Amino acid sequence: MSGFRQGIQATIPALRRYARALTRDAEAADDLVQDTLVRALRSEHLFHGGDIRSWLYTILTNLNRNRIRSLARRPVISPIEDNDVPDASGSEGGARDIARALASLVEDQRVALLLVVLEGLSYREVAEVQGVPIGTVMSRLARARAQIKAYLDGERPPLRRVK
Amino acid sequence: MIDRDPPVTEEELHAYVDGELAADRRVAVEHWLGAHAEDAARVAAWRAQAEAIRARYGAAADEPVPLRFNLDRLARQGRKWSRFAAAAAVAALLIGGAAGWFGRGAWEGAGPARVVTTEAFDAHRLYIAEVRHPIEVKAGENHLNPWLSRRIGYQVASPNLDTLGLKLLGGRLLPGNSGRAAALYMYEGTSGERFTIYCRRDQQPQSSLRYRATGPVGSVFWIEDDMAFVVSGPADRARLQKIAETVYEQIETRQQTGALLRMLSDARP
Repeated sequence: MSGFRQGIQATIPALRRYARALTRDAEAADDLVQDTLVRALRSEHLFHGGDIRSWLYTILTNLNRNRIRSLARRPVISPIEDNDVPDASGSEGGARDIARALASLVEDQRVALLLVVLEGLSYREVAEVQGVPIGTVMSRLARARAQIKAYLDGERPPLRRVK
Repeated sequence: MIDRDPPVTEEELHAYVDGELAADRRVAVEHWLGAHAEDAARVAAWRAQAEAIRARYGAAADEPVPLRFNLDRLARQGRKWSRFAAAAAVAALLIGGAAGWFGRGAWEGAGPARVVTTEAFDAHRLYIAEVRHPIEVKAGENHLNPWLSRRIGYQVASPNLDTLGLKLLGGRLLPGNSGRAAALYMYEGTSGERFTIYCRRDQQPQSSLRYRATGPVGSVFWIEDDMAFVVSGPADRARLQKIAETVYEQIETRQQTGALLRMLSDARP
């Protein structure tokens, strides 16, 4: 197996993790990973060294943007969960909270946050993936964190007061 | 305690959490957090968020990699679409099909293909005949590609067909099937002959390049990345084939090239 393919192979698990968090939909995530792999394999002649991981994250991020755009053009029917109070008991409830909190973010902020905290990329690498200056990555991160905090604080049921 | 260090900024707090802070400032931030409970609480909240995200999604990386991601298989699947094979694929399809279009039966069975090529044919015939207003926005106007991309919901850029002696006149927006917006680019050859590229969203499976001719108009059609492309012009197979290949290659490589160039230019310290 060529070094190029080995590099891709080694990154598949991380791509699946990133895609899963990005889409919050296991099936859509794996479709996205497959598209990313096909693109990467097809574009070997365009890859002249550098960090293959960042390159793959870049392709996946771009493909997801196209996916979101095409989804936005179709009507989406989703259940209304107004009365759905988050379940504070156990990790299941907490996990659902974080998924919804991520869903409440603007795409560019979600990408920045996930690449840093889930994928462990440096600010510089995220700047490369997103094609923006590092300062922009930092402000996206700051806004993402503030939004998630506000979301989680707002959703948490008020503490029972001890009388 | 006396703060000898300059005050800590919010950016530094994030960098501290993400391990991006220089060692000397890390100590300063730790002192700061000891004295500023509100900032300490924020930092703790950010760390808890990161933990929750890792707890929720981290395990996806430990799952066994499914067979569908077998790279050899994906490469074989992708190979027929590689830029070098595109020519062979077109040639194989264009050979045969004595009268009219190749694989007539298969083509007629493909309803969606017929829908989109018919749209493209109609637009082509209607607008190439226009002397004064063949296009809406002229080539060279900066907003041509961004505008069409926004309206059709896909990043398009007008292919450069200079090497084939075709000059871009410009483009226009059209209503495609079931209200999906379509972009039409028009090119002119040295002897005034006109070619168009019609593209719009189409959620059909990826298809090979196919040739079709109706009377004096011919076209090559394909679907890639949920987008249908139809290149139409005078029914000259060899020439349309050449144009279609060039268009295909440019669309195909643009996204990756863009991403790569950006990374390469950033990578230089």
